[in-house]
Amino acid sequence: MIPPEGIGAARRGATGDPPRIDVPDLERSLKNVRTLFSALMSVVTVTASVVALYPLFSVLYLLIVRGGRRLGLSLFTELPPGAGMIGGGIGNAIVGTLVTVGLAAVLAVPFGILAAIYLAEYGDGSRVAGVVRFSAKVLTGMPSILTGVFAYAAVVVVTGSFSAVAGAVALSILVLPIVMLTAEEAIRMVPHKMKEAAIGMGATDTQTTLRVTLPTAMPAILTGVMLSLSRAMGETAPLLFTALFSDFWFEGGLGEPIATLAVLIYNFSGSPFDNQIDLAWAASLVLVAIVLVINLAGQALTKRPERR
Amino acid sequence: MVSATATATNGNGHENGVGDGVVIDCRIENLYYGDFHAVRDTHVPIRKGTITAFIGPSGCGKSTALRCVNRMNDLVRGFRFSGHVHFRGQDIYGRSIDPVAVRRSIGMVFQQPNPFAMSIYRNVAFGLRLNRFKGDVDEQVERALRGAALWDEVKDKLSASGLSLSGGQQQRLCIARAIATEPEVLLMDEPCSALDPIATRRIEELMLELKERFTIAIVTHNLQQAARVADWTGFMMVDTSRGGRTGYLVEFEETKKLFDEPAEDLTREYLQGEFS
Repeated sequence: MIPPEGIGAARRGATGDPPRIDVPDLERSLKNVRTLFSALMSVVTVTASVVALYPLFSVLYLLIVRGGRRLGLSLFTELPPGAGMIGGGIGNAIVGTLVTVGLAAVLAVPFGILAAIYLAEYGDGSRVAGVVRFSAKVLTGMPSILTGVFAYAAVVVVTGSFSAVAGAVALSILVLPIVMLTAEEAIRMVPHKMKEAAIGMGATDTQTTLRVTLPTAMPAILTGVMLSLSRAMGETAPLLFTALFSDFWFEGGLGEPIATLAVLIYNFSGSPFDNQIDLAWAASLVLVAIVLVINLAGQALTKRPERR
Repeated sequence: MVSATATATNGNGHENGVGDGVVIDCRIENLYYGDFHAVRDTHVPIRKGTITAFIGPSGCGKSTALRCVNRMNDLVRGFRFSGHVHFRGQDIYGRSIDPVAVRRSIGMVFQQPNPFAMSIYRNVAFGLRLNRFKGDVDEQVERALRGAALWDEVKDKLSASGLSLSGGQQQRLCIARAIATEPEVLLMDEPCSALDPIATRRIEELMLELKERFTIAIVTHNLQQAARVADWTGFMMVDTSRGGRTGYLVEFEETKKLFDEPAEDLTREYLQGEFS
Protein backbone atom coordinates (compact mmCIF):
# COMPACT_ATOMS: atom_id res chain seq x y z
CA MET A 1 0.00 0.00 0.00
CA ILE A 2 1.26 3.46 -0.85
CA PRO A 3 1.17 5.78 2.17
CA PRO A 4 -1.04 8.85 1.52
CA GLU A 5 1.77 11.29 2.19
CA GLY A 6 3.75 9.53 -0.56
CA ILE A 7 1.10 10.33 -3.13
CA GLY A 8 0.70 13.81 -1.77
CA ALA A 9 4.41 14.40 -1.84
CA ALA A 10 4.58 13.24 -5.41
CA ARG A 11 1.77 15.55 -6.42
CA ARG A 12 3.28 18.49 -4.64
CA GLY A 13 6.61 17.84 -6.24
CA ALA A 14 5.05 17.60 -9.68
CA THR A 15 2.64 20.54 -9.63
CA GLY A 16 3.51 22.63 -6.64
CA ASP A 17 -0.16 22.61 -5.51
CA PRO A 18 -1.01 22.15 -1.84
CA PRO A 19 -1.50 18.45 -0.91
CA ARG A 20 -4.89 17.15 -1.93
CA ILE A 21 -5.96 13.66 -1.02
CA ASP A 22 -8.99 12.07 -2.62
CA VAL A 23 -10.70 9.76 -0.19
CA PRO A 24 -12.73 7.21 -2.14
CA ASP A 25 -16.23 6.56 -0.91
CA LEU A 26 -16.00 3.12 0.70
CA GLU A 27 -19.45 2.99 2.25
CA ARG A 28 -21.88 0.38 1.07
CA SER A 29 -24.84 2.00 -0.60
CA LEU A 30 -27.91 0.47 -2.18
CA LYS A 31 -27.95 3.30 -4.69
CA ASN A 32 -25.11 1.58 -6.48
CA VAL A 33 -26.63 -0.66 -9.18
CA ARG A 34 -24.20 -3.49 -8.59
CA THR A 35 -24.78 -3.51 -4.84
CA LEU A 36 -28.52 -3.50 -5.40
CA PHE A 37 -28.30 -6.36 -7.90
CA SER A 38 -26.10 -8.34 -5.54
CA ALA A 39 -28.54 -7.90 -2.65
CA LEU A 40 -31.45 -8.82 -4.89
CA MET A 41 -29.74 -11.99 -6.08
CA SER A 42 -28.97 -12.97 -2.49
CA VAL A 43 -32.66 -12.75 -1.70
CA VAL A 44 -33.55 -14.77 -4.81
CA THR A 45 -31.10 -17.58 -4.02
CA VAL A 46 -32.24 -17.82 -0.41
CA THR A 47 -35.87 -17.93 -1.53
CA ALA A 48 -35.12 -20.61 -4.10
CA SER A 49 -33.46 -22.85 -1.54
CA VAL A 50 -36.30 -22.39 0.94
CA VAL A 51 -38.86 -23.18 -1.77
CA ALA A 52 -36.87 -26.28 -2.73
CA LEU A 53 -37.02 -27.47 0.87
CA TYR A 54 -40.74 -26.82 1.19
CA PRO A 55 -41.97 -30.04 -0.48
CA LEU A 56 -39.57 -32.11 1.59
CA PHE A 57 -40.77 -30.65 4.84
CA SER A 58 -44.43 -30.76 3.90
CA VAL A 59 -44.10 -34.47 3.01
CA LEU A 60 -42.28 -35.13 6.26
CA TYR A 61 -44.91 -33.19 8.18
CA LEU A 62 -47.76 -35.19 6.65
CA LEU A 63 -45.92 -38.46 7.22
CA ILE A 64 -45.32 -37.67 10.87
CA VAL A 65 -48.85 -36.42 11.50
CA ARG A 66 -50.72 -39.14 9.62
CA GLY A 67 -48.23 -41.99 9.92
CA GLY A 68 -47.37 -41.20 13.52
CA ARG A 69 -50.90 -42.16 14.63
CA ARG A 70 -50.24 -45.84 14.17
CA LEU A 71 -46.74 -45.78 15.56
CA GLY A 72 -46.56 -48.40 18.27
CA LEU A 73 -45.24 -51.84 19.06
CA SER A 74 -48.00 -53.63 17.16
CA LEU A 75 -46.96 -51.85 13.97
CA PHE A 76 -43.69 -53.77 14.04
CA THR A 77 -44.90 -57.09 15.43
CA GLU A 78 -48.15 -57.81 13.61
CA LEU A 79 -49.10 -58.88 10.13
CA PRO A 80 -51.06 -56.64 7.74
CA PRO A 81 -54.82 -56.80 8.30
CA GLY A 82 -57.20 -58.06 5.63
CA ALA A 83 -59.96 -56.00 4.08
CA GLY A 84 -62.31 -54.54 6.67
CA MET A 85 -60.32 -55.79 9.64
CA ILE A 86 -59.01 -53.53 12.39
CA GLY A 87 -55.52 -53.31 13.95
CA GLY A 88 -52.59 -55.16 12.46
CA GLY A 89 -49.09 -54.03 11.56
CA ILE A 90 -46.45 -54.08 8.87
CA GLY A 91 -43.83 -56.27 10.55
CA ASN A 92 -43.45 -58.71 7.69
CA ALA A 93 -43.03 -55.89 5.15
CA ILE A 94 -40.22 -54.29 7.17
CA VAL A 95 -38.42 -57.63 7.38
CA GLY A 96 -39.14 -58.28 3.71
CA THR A 97 -37.74 -54.94 2.58
CA LEU A 98 -34.54 -55.53 4.54
CA VAL A 99 -34.23 -59.07 3.15
CA THR A 100 -34.88 -58.08 -0.46
CA VAL A 101 -32.60 -55.04 -0.42
CA GLY A 102 -29.95 -56.97 1.52
CA LEU A 103 -30.03 -59.74 -1.06
CA ALA A 104 -29.82 -57.18 -3.85
CA ALA A 105 -26.75 -55.71 -2.13
CA VAL A 106 -25.15 -59.15 -1.88
CA LEU A 107 -25.70 -59.62 -5.60
CA ALA A 108 -24.69 -56.16 -6.79
CA VAL A 109 -22.06 -54.75 -4.43
CA PRO A 110 -19.17 -57.23 -4.86
CA PHE A 111 -19.88 -57.30 -8.57
CA GLY A 112 -19.91 -53.51 -8.80
CA ILE A 113 -16.73 -53.00 -6.78
CA LEU A 114 -14.80 -55.61 -8.75
CA ALA A 115 -15.95 -54.07 -12.02
CA ALA A 116 -14.95 -50.63 -10.71
CA ILE A 117 -11.46 -51.90 -9.89
CA TYR A 118 -11.15 -53.05 -13.46
CA LEU A 119 -12.47 -49.77 -14.87
CA ALA A 120 -10.27 -47.56 -12.72
CA GLU A 121 -7.07 -49.56 -12.42
CA TYR A 122 -6.53 -52.18 -15.05
CA GLY A 123 -8.79 -51.57 -18.02
CA ASP A 124 -8.44 -47.81 -18.08
CA GLY A 125 -8.39 -46.59 -21.66
CA SER A 126 -9.27 -49.99 -23.09
CA ARG A 127 -12.22 -50.58 -25.39
CA VAL A 128 -13.89 -52.96 -22.98
CA ALA A 129 -13.75 -50.38 -20.19
CA GLY A 130 -15.22 -47.73 -22.44
CA VAL A 131 -18.14 -49.94 -23.44
CA VAL A 132 -18.76 -51.06 -19.87
CA ARG A 133 -18.68 -47.53 -18.49
CA PHE A 134 -21.04 -46.28 -21.17
CA SER A 135 -23.46 -49.16 -20.56
CA ALA A 136 -23.40 -48.50 -16.83
CA LYS A 137 -24.30 -44.87 -17.44
CA VAL A 138 -27.18 -45.91 -19.69
CA LEU A 139 -28.30 -48.38 -17.05
CA THR A 140 -28.48 -45.68 -14.36
CA GLY A 141 -31.04 -43.86 -16.46
CA MET A 142 -33.13 -46.94 -17.14
CA PRO A 143 -36.76 -46.72 -15.95
CA SER A 144 -37.05 -48.99 -12.94
CA ILE A 145 -40.13 -50.75 -14.27
CA LEU A 146 -38.01 -52.18 -17.06
CA THR A 147 -35.71 -53.90 -14.60
CA GLY A 148 -38.85 -55.41 -13.09
CA VAL A 149 -39.95 -56.65 -16.49
CA PHE A 150 -36.50 -58.07 -17.10
CA ALA A 151 -36.41 -59.88 -13.75
CA TYR A 152 -39.92 -61.17 -14.41
CA ALA A 153 -38.79 -62.69 -17.70
CA ALA A 154 -35.41 -63.89 -16.45
CA VAL A 155 -36.37 -65.23 -13.02
CA VAL A 156 -40.13 -65.44 -12.48
CA VAL A 157 -40.96 -67.05 -15.80
CA VAL A 158 -37.97 -69.38 -15.65
CA THR A 159 -38.52 -70.55 -12.07
CA GLY A 160 -42.27 -70.44 -12.40
CA SER A 161 -42.85 -68.42 -9.25
CA PHE A 162 -42.77 -64.89 -7.87
CA SER A 163 -39.97 -64.74 -5.33
CA ALA A 164 -37.75 -62.67 -3.09
CA VAL A 165 -34.85 -63.61 -5.36
CA ALA A 166 -36.63 -62.18 -8.40
CA GLY A 167 -37.24 -58.94 -6.51
CA ALA A 168 -33.63 -58.81 -5.42
CA VAL A 169 -32.43 -59.38 -8.98
CA ALA A 170 -34.60 -56.51 -10.21
CA LEU A 171 -33.27 -54.18 -7.49
CA SER A 172 -29.68 -55.29 -7.99
CA ILE A 173 -29.86 -54.15 -11.61
CA LEU A 174 -30.76 -50.70 -10.32
CA VAL A 175 -28.04 -50.75 -7.68
CA LEU A 176 -25.21 -52.19 -9.77
CA PRO A 177 -24.42 -49.27 -12.09
CA ILE A 178 -24.57 -46.72 -9.27
CA VAL A 179 -22.21 -48.76 -7.11
CA MET A 180 -19.94 -49.34 -10.07
CA LEU A 181 -19.66 -45.71 -11.12
CA THR A 182 -19.29 -44.26 -7.61
CA ALA A 183 -16.74 -46.92 -6.70
CA GLU A 184 -14.77 -46.20 -9.87
CA GLU A 185 -14.75 -42.52 -8.97
CA ALA A 186 -13.70 -43.33 -5.40
CA ILE A 187 -10.83 -45.53 -6.58
CA ARG A 188 -9.67 -42.83 -8.98
CA MET A 189 -9.58 -40.35 -6.11
CA VAL A 190 -6.92 -42.38 -4.29
CA PRO A 191 -3.73 -40.35 -4.82
CA HIS A 192 -1.44 -41.91 -7.37
CA LYS A 193 1.51 -41.34 -5.06
CA MET A 194 0.05 -43.78 -2.54
CA LYS A 195 -0.17 -46.55 -5.12
CA GLU A 196 3.34 -45.64 -6.25
CA ALA A 197 4.57 -45.99 -2.68
CA ALA A 198 3.14 -49.48 -2.43
CA ILE A 199 4.53 -50.56 -5.78
CA GLY A 200 7.89 -49.01 -4.90
CA MET A 201 8.04 -51.24 -1.85
CA GLY A 202 7.55 -54.34 -3.90
CA ALA A 203 3.82 -54.81 -3.53
CA THR A 204 2.20 -56.77 -6.35
CA ASP A 205 -0.77 -55.27 -8.20
CA THR A 206 -3.12 -57.38 -6.10
CA GLN A 207 -1.50 -56.33 -2.84
CA THR A 208 -1.56 -52.68 -3.89
CA THR A 209 -5.25 -52.86 -4.72
CA LEU A 210 -6.32 -54.86 -1.68
CA ARG A 211 -4.15 -53.22 0.97
CA VAL A 212 -3.82 -49.63 -0.18
CA THR A 213 -6.26 -48.59 -2.88
CA LEU A 214 -9.43 -50.28 -1.62
CA PRO A 215 -9.02 -49.40 2.08
CA THR A 216 -8.32 -45.78 1.14
CA ALA A 217 -11.30 -45.61 -1.19
CA MET A 218 -13.61 -47.63 1.06
CA PRO A 219 -15.45 -44.77 2.85
CA ALA A 220 -16.39 -43.21 -0.47
CA ILE A 221 -17.35 -46.58 -1.93
CA LEU A 222 -19.59 -47.32 1.05
CA THR A 223 -21.29 -43.96 0.66
CA GLY A 224 -22.19 -44.90 -2.89
CA VAL A 225 -23.45 -48.26 -1.72
CA MET A 226 -25.61 -46.68 0.99
CA LEU A 227 -27.10 -44.12 -1.36
CA SER A 228 -27.94 -46.68 -4.01
CA LEU A 229 -29.45 -49.07 -1.47
CA SER A 230 -31.61 -46.37 0.05
CA ARG A 231 -32.84 -45.55 -3.42
CA ALA A 232 -33.59 -49.22 -4.11
CA MET A 233 -35.50 -49.45 -0.85
CA GLY A 234 -38.16 -47.05 -2.11
CA GLU A 235 -38.60 -48.68 -5.50
CA THR A 236 -42.02 -50.21 -6.07
CA ALA A 237 -42.23 -50.84 -9.79
CA PRO A 238 -39.49 -53.49 -10.01
CA LEU A 239 -41.08 -55.44 -7.14
CA LEU A 240 -44.71 -55.46 -8.28
CA PHE A 241 -44.37 -58.44 -10.55
CA THR A 242 -41.25 -60.02 -9.10
CA ALA A 243 -41.41 -60.17 -5.30
CA LEU A 244 -45.20 -59.61 -5.42
CA PHE A 245 -46.46 -59.54 -1.83
CA SER A 246 -47.11 -61.90 1.01
CA ASP A 247 -49.45 -61.72 3.95
CA PHE A 248 -47.20 -63.94 6.01
CA TRP A 249 -43.91 -63.68 7.82
CA PHE A 250 -40.67 -64.32 5.98
CA GLU A 251 -39.48 -67.75 7.02
CA GLY A 252 -36.36 -68.10 4.97
CA GLY A 253 -38.08 -68.95 1.71
CA LEU A 254 -36.18 -66.84 -0.78
CA GLY A 255 -37.97 -68.68 -3.58
CA GLU A 256 -41.38 -67.49 -2.40
CA PRO A 257 -43.15 -64.16 -2.74
CA ILE A 258 -42.20 -61.69 -0.04
CA ALA A 259 -43.83 -58.61 1.49
CA THR A 260 -42.08 -55.25 1.09
CA LEU A 261 -42.86 -51.79 2.43
CA ALA A 262 -42.99 -50.24 -1.02
CA VAL A 263 -45.56 -52.70 -2.35
CA LEU A 264 -47.55 -52.54 0.90
CA ILE A 265 -47.79 -48.78 0.54
CA TYR A 266 -48.85 -49.17 -3.08
CA ASN A 267 -51.55 -51.75 -2.22
CA PHE A 268 -52.93 -50.11 0.89
CA SER A 269 -52.92 -46.49 -0.22
CA GLY A 270 -55.56 -47.30 -2.84
CA SER A 271 -57.64 -49.27 -0.38
CA PRO A 272 -61.17 -48.18 0.56
CA PHE A 273 -60.55 -49.11 4.20
CA ASP A 274 -59.30 -46.43 6.61
CA ASN A 275 -57.35 -48.97 8.62
CA GLN A 276 -55.26 -49.97 5.60
CA ILE A 277 -54.81 -46.35 4.52
CA ASP A 278 -53.52 -45.47 7.98
CA LEU A 279 -51.08 -48.36 7.78
CA ALA A 280 -49.86 -47.13 4.37
CA TRP A 281 -49.03 -43.79 6.00
CA ALA A 282 -47.27 -45.51 8.88
CA ALA A 283 -45.33 -47.72 6.46
CA SER A 284 -44.24 -44.61 4.53
CA LEU A 285 -42.95 -43.05 7.72
CA VAL A 286 -41.02 -46.20 8.60
CA LEU A 287 -39.55 -46.39 5.09
CA VAL A 288 -38.41 -42.78 5.21
CA ALA A 289 -36.90 -43.37 8.65
CA ILE A 290 -34.94 -46.38 7.41
CA VAL A 291 -33.68 -44.47 4.38
CA LEU A 292 -32.70 -41.55 6.60
CA VAL A 293 -30.75 -43.80 8.94
CA ILE A 294 -28.91 -45.37 6.01
CA ASN A 295 -28.06 -41.98 4.55
CA LEU A 296 -26.80 -40.69 7.87
CA ALA A 297 -24.66 -43.79 8.24
CA GLY A 298 -23.27 -43.17 4.77
CA GLN A 299 -22.39 -39.59 5.64
CA ALA A 300 -20.77 -40.59 8.90
CA LEU A 301 -18.50 -42.91 6.92
CA THR A 302 -17.23 -40.13 4.65
CA LYS A 303 -16.65 -37.69 7.47
CA ARG A 304 -13.70 -39.65 8.79
CA PRO A 305 -11.76 -40.53 5.69
CA GLU A 306 -8.25 -40.37 7.16
CA ARG A 307 -8.90 -42.66 10.10
CA ARG A 308 -7.88 -46.26 10.03
CA MET B 1 27.55 -47.93 -30.94
CA VAL B 2 25.90 -45.96 -28.21
CA SER B 3 27.91 -47.41 -25.37
CA ALA B 4 31.10 -46.18 -27.02
CA THR B 5 29.88 -42.59 -26.95
CA ALA B 6 28.59 -43.16 -23.46
CA THR B 7 31.98 -43.90 -22.02
CA ALA B 8 33.48 -41.11 -24.03
CA THR B 9 31.03 -38.55 -22.65
CA ASN B 10 31.28 -39.95 -19.15
CA GLY B 11 35.01 -39.44 -19.13
CA ASN B 12 35.09 -40.84 -15.63
CA GLY B 13 37.76 -43.46 -15.97
CA HIS B 14 35.49 -46.11 -14.49
CA GLU B 15 34.09 -47.39 -17.76
CA ASN B 16 32.94 -50.74 -16.50
CA GLY B 17 32.43 -49.69 -12.98
CA VAL B 18 32.27 -53.28 -11.86
CA GLY B 19 34.66 -54.15 -9.09
CA ASP B 20 35.51 -51.79 -6.27
CA GLY B 21 32.24 -52.45 -4.44
CA VAL B 22 29.75 -51.65 -7.20
CA VAL B 23 26.32 -52.93 -6.16
CA ILE B 24 24.38 -51.53 -9.08
CA ASP B 25 25.76 -50.89 -12.49
CA CYS B 26 23.21 -48.79 -14.33
CA ARG B 27 23.87 -48.31 -18.01
CA ILE B 28 21.08 -46.59 -19.91
CA GLU B 29 21.75 -46.52 -23.64
CA ASN B 30 18.41 -45.18 -24.75
CA LEU B 31 15.19 -44.66 -22.84
CA TYR B 32 11.90 -43.69 -24.44
CA TYR B 33 8.44 -42.80 -23.17
CA GLY B 34 6.43 -43.51 -26.31
CA ASP B 35 8.06 -41.33 -28.98
CA PHE B 36 9.80 -39.15 -26.45
CA HIS B 37 13.51 -39.86 -26.19
CA ALA B 38 13.99 -39.13 -22.50
CA VAL B 39 17.51 -40.29 -21.64
CA ARG B 40 20.56 -41.54 -23.51
CA ASP B 41 24.10 -42.61 -22.73
CA THR B 42 23.99 -42.58 -18.99
CA HIS B 43 26.25 -44.94 -17.12
CA VAL B 44 26.29 -44.74 -13.36
CA PRO B 45 27.90 -47.27 -11.03
CA ILE B 46 26.49 -47.22 -7.52
CA ARG B 47 28.93 -48.37 -4.88
CA LYS B 48 28.16 -50.18 -1.67
CA GLY B 49 27.88 -48.08 1.47
CA THR B 50 28.06 -44.78 -0.37
CA ILE B 51 25.68 -42.04 -1.38
CA THR B 52 25.47 -41.39 -5.09
CA ALA B 53 23.80 -38.17 -6.20
CA PHE B 54 22.29 -37.21 -9.55
CA ILE B 55 22.30 -33.47 -10.20
CA GLY B 56 21.31 -31.40 -13.19
CA PRO B 57 18.71 -28.96 -14.47
CA SER B 58 14.98 -29.70 -14.56
CA GLY B 59 13.97 -32.18 -17.20
CA CYS B 60 17.43 -33.66 -17.62
CA GLY B 61 16.14 -37.13 -16.85
CA LYS B 62 17.77 -37.62 -13.48
CA SER B 63 14.57 -38.88 -11.84
CA THR B 64 13.89 -41.04 -14.87
CA ALA B 65 17.34 -42.57 -14.60
CA LEU B 66 16.84 -43.23 -10.89
CA ARG B 67 13.46 -44.83 -11.47
CA CYS B 68 15.06 -47.22 -13.91
CA VAL B 69 17.03 -48.74 -11.09
CA ASN B 70 14.03 -50.37 -9.43
CA ARG B 71 11.83 -50.60 -12.50
CA MET B 72 9.36 -47.91 -11.41
CA ASN B 73 9.29 -46.77 -15.02
CA ASP B 74 7.44 -49.96 -15.86
CA LEU B 75 4.32 -48.14 -14.63
CA VAL B 76 4.62 -45.56 -17.38
CA ARG B 77 2.81 -46.42 -20.57
CA GLY B 78 5.07 -46.54 -23.60
CA PHE B 79 8.27 -47.01 -21.59
CA ARG B 80 11.11 -48.59 -23.61
CA PHE B 81 14.67 -49.09 -22.51
CA SER B 82 17.91 -50.35 -23.96
CA GLY B 83 20.96 -50.94 -21.88
CA HIS B 84 21.18 -52.80 -18.63
CA VAL B 85 20.94 -52.38 -14.89
CA HIS B 86 23.08 -54.96 -13.16
CA PHE B 87 22.26 -55.59 -9.53
CA ARG B 88 24.69 -58.03 -7.97
CA GLY B 89 25.49 -59.44 -11.36
CA GLN B 90 21.89 -59.95 -12.51
CA ASP B 91 20.30 -57.76 -15.15
CA ILE B 92 17.09 -56.57 -13.51
CA TYR B 93 15.61 -56.02 -16.96
CA GLY B 94 16.28 -59.66 -17.81
CA ARG B 95 13.39 -61.75 -19.07
CA SER B 96 13.14 -63.98 -16.04
CA ILE B 97 13.25 -61.15 -13.51
CA ASP B 98 10.18 -60.29 -11.41
CA PRO B 99 10.06 -56.49 -10.97
CA VAL B 100 8.24 -56.98 -7.68
CA ALA B 101 11.23 -58.90 -6.29
CA VAL B 102 13.57 -56.19 -7.57
CA ARG B 103 11.63 -53.49 -5.72
CA ARG B 104 11.79 -55.46 -2.50
CA SER B 105 15.59 -55.33 -2.64
CA ILE B 106 15.79 -51.78 -3.97
CA GLY B 107 13.50 -49.50 -1.98
CA MET B 108 12.35 -46.04 -2.92
CA VAL B 109 11.51 -42.75 -1.20
CA PHE B 110 9.55 -40.31 -3.31
CA GLN B 111 9.58 -36.57 -3.86
CA GLN B 112 6.24 -35.97 -2.17
CA PRO B 113 5.87 -37.64 1.22
CA ASN B 114 3.32 -40.37 0.51
CA PRO B 115 2.32 -42.21 3.67
CA PHE B 116 -0.68 -44.49 3.38
CA ALA B 117 -3.99 -43.42 4.92
CA MET B 118 -3.43 -45.75 7.87
CA SER B 119 -1.76 -45.58 11.26
CA ILE B 120 1.93 -44.81 11.69
CA TYR B 121 2.51 -48.33 12.93
CA ARG B 122 0.75 -49.94 10.00
CA ASN B 123 2.59 -47.70 7.54
CA VAL B 124 5.91 -49.04 8.77
CA ALA B 125 4.66 -52.61 9.12
CA PHE B 126 3.23 -52.55 5.60
CA GLY B 127 6.32 -53.86 3.86
CA LEU B 128 6.90 -56.44 6.59
CA ARG B 129 3.44 -57.83 6.02
CA LEU B 130 4.01 -57.92 2.27
CA ASN B 131 7.09 -60.02 2.88
CA ARG B 132 5.35 -62.23 5.47
CA PHE B 133 7.96 -61.16 7.98
CA LYS B 134 8.37 -63.90 10.57
CA GLY B 135 10.15 -62.02 13.35
CA ASP B 136 8.87 -59.58 15.92
CA VAL B 137 6.96 -56.94 13.96
CA ASP B 138 6.80 -54.51 16.91
CA GLU B 139 10.54 -54.64 17.32
CA GLN B 140 11.22 -54.17 13.63
CA VAL B 141 8.82 -51.21 13.44
CA GLU B 142 10.58 -49.56 16.37
CA ARG B 143 13.97 -50.25 14.80
CA ALA B 144 12.89 -48.69 11.51
CA LEU B 145 11.39 -45.65 13.21
CA ARG B 146 14.56 -45.19 15.26
CA GLY B 147 16.59 -45.60 12.08
CA ALA B 148 14.57 -42.82 10.51
CA ALA B 149 15.05 -40.60 13.60
CA LEU B 150 11.30 -40.46 14.12
CA TRP B 151 10.79 -42.80 17.08
CA ASP B 152 10.94 -40.20 19.85
CA GLU B 153 8.36 -38.03 18.14
CA VAL B 154 5.81 -40.75 17.44
CA LYS B 155 6.33 -43.47 20.04
CA ASP B 156 3.27 -42.32 22.01
CA LYS B 157 0.97 -42.11 19.03
CA LEU B 158 1.74 -45.09 16.84
CA SER B 159 -1.96 -45.58 16.16
CA ALA B 160 -2.44 -42.02 14.87
CA SER B 161 -2.82 -41.60 11.14
CA GLY B 162 0.38 -41.23 9.17
CA LEU B 163 -1.26 -38.28 7.44
CA SER B 164 -1.54 -36.39 10.74
CA LEU B 165 2.23 -35.81 10.84
CA SER B 166 4.03 -32.74 9.51
CA GLY B 167 5.63 -32.83 6.07
CA GLY B 168 9.12 -33.54 7.38
CA GLN B 169 7.83 -36.20 9.74
CA GLN B 170 5.84 -37.79 6.92
CA GLN B 171 8.97 -38.02 4.81
CA ARG B 172 10.86 -39.64 7.68
CA LEU B 173 7.92 -42.01 8.09
CA CYS B 174 8.30 -42.92 4.42
CA ILE B 175 12.00 -43.54 4.99
CA ALA B 176 11.17 -45.72 8.00
CA ARG B 177 8.66 -47.61 5.87
CA ALA B 178 11.26 -48.13 3.17
CA ILE B 179 14.03 -49.32 5.51
CA ALA B 180 11.79 -51.55 7.63
CA THR B 181 12.19 -54.37 5.14
CA GLU B 182 15.96 -53.76 5.04
CA PRO B 183 16.43 -53.35 1.32
CA GLU B 184 19.99 -53.34 0.11
CA VAL B 185 19.67 -50.10 -1.82
CA LEU B 186 17.56 -47.05 -1.11
CA LEU B 187 16.63 -44.72 -3.96
CA MET B 188 15.54 -41.22 -3.02
CA ASP B 189 13.90 -39.04 -5.62
CA GLU B 190 14.30 -35.43 -4.46
CA PRO B 191 13.33 -36.41 -0.93
CA CYS B 192 13.66 -32.88 0.44
CA SER B 193 12.11 -30.79 -2.29
CA ALA B 194 8.79 -30.53 -0.44
CA LEU B 195 10.42 -29.77 2.92
CA ASP B 196 11.64 -26.69 4.75
CA PRO B 197 15.38 -26.18 5.46
CA ILE B 198 15.23 -27.59 8.98
CA ALA B 199 13.45 -30.74 7.92
CA THR B 200 15.86 -30.98 4.97
CA ARG B 201 18.81 -30.83 7.32
CA ARG B 202 17.41 -33.67 9.40
CA ILE B 203 16.88 -35.86 6.37
CA GLU B 204 20.45 -35.14 5.23
CA GLU B 205 21.85 -36.13 8.63
CA LEU B 206 19.69 -39.22 8.43
CA MET B 207 21.08 -40.16 5.02
CA LEU B 208 24.63 -39.95 6.37
CA GLU B 209 23.66 -42.28 9.21
CA LEU B 210 21.82 -44.67 6.94
CA LYS B 211 24.62 -45.12 4.43
CA GLU B 212 26.37 -47.35 6.94
CA ARG B 213 23.58 -49.88 6.48
CA PHE B 214 22.15 -49.10 3.07
CA THR B 215 23.55 -48.03 -0.23
CA ILE B 216 21.84 -44.80 -1.23
CA ALA B 217 21.21 -43.09 -4.55
CA ILE B 218 19.59 -39.68 -4.49
CA VAL B 219 18.27 -37.22 -7.05
CA THR B 220 18.49 -33.61 -5.97
CA HIS B 221 17.95 -30.13 -7.34
CA ASN B 222 20.05 -28.73 -4.60
CA LEU B 223 23.75 -28.61 -5.45
CA GLN B 224 24.76 -27.91 -1.86
CA GLN B 225 22.86 -30.97 -0.79
CA ALA B 226 24.82 -33.15 -3.19
CA ALA B 227 28.05 -31.54 -1.99
CA ARG B 228 27.09 -32.14 1.66
CA VAL B 229 25.97 -35.74 1.52
CA ALA B 230 27.14 -37.50 -1.64
CA ASP B 231 30.32 -39.49 -2.09
CA TRP B 232 29.84 -39.74 -5.84
CA THR B 233 27.96 -37.36 -8.08
CA GLY B 234 26.69 -37.62 -11.62
CA PHE B 235 25.89 -34.44 -13.52
CA MET B 236 23.19 -34.76 -16.17
CA MET B 237 22.25 -32.28 -18.86
CA VAL B 238 19.56 -31.83 -21.48
CA ASP B 239 20.45 -32.20 -25.13
CA THR B 240 18.10 -30.17 -27.32
CA SER B 241 20.25 -30.41 -30.45
CA ARG B 242 18.15 -33.13 -32.07
CA GLY B 243 14.91 -31.28 -31.56
CA GLY B 244 13.88 -33.21 -28.47
CA ARG B 245 14.81 -32.85 -24.84
CA THR B 246 17.01 -35.82 -24.20
CA GLY B 247 18.90 -36.10 -20.95
CA TYR B 248 22.40 -37.57 -20.76
CA LEU B 249 25.19 -37.93 -18.28
CA VAL B 250 27.89 -35.34 -18.71
CA GLU B 251 30.22 -36.40 -15.96
CA PHE B 252 30.37 -38.87 -13.11
CA GLU B 253 33.03 -38.40 -10.49
CA GLU B 254 33.76 -38.39 -6.80
CA THR B 255 31.78 -35.46 -5.39
CA LYS B 256 34.74 -33.45 -4.19
CA LYS B 257 36.54 -33.80 -7.49
CA LEU B 258 33.43 -32.98 -9.49
CA PHE B 259 32.79 -29.82 -7.54
CA ASP B 260 36.40 -28.68 -7.24
CA GLU B 261 37.84 -29.53 -10.61
CA PRO B 262 35.20 -30.72 -13.06
CA ALA B 263 36.56 -32.31 -16.22
CA GLU B 264 33.84 -30.93 -18.47
CA ASP B 265 33.18 -27.26 -19.25
CA LEU B 266 29.43 -27.87 -19.05
CA THR B 267 29.76 -29.09 -15.49
CA ARG B 268 31.80 -26.10 -14.44
CA GLU B 269 29.35 -23.67 -16.05
CA TYR B 270 26.44 -25.36 -14.34
CA LEU B 271 28.12 -25.38 -10.95
CA GLN B 272 29.00 -21.71 -11.32
CA GLY B 273 25.38 -20.97 -12.05
CA GLU B 274 25.89 -19.78 -15.62
CA PHE B 275 22.65 -21.46 -16.63
CA SER B 276 19.96 -23.24 -14.73
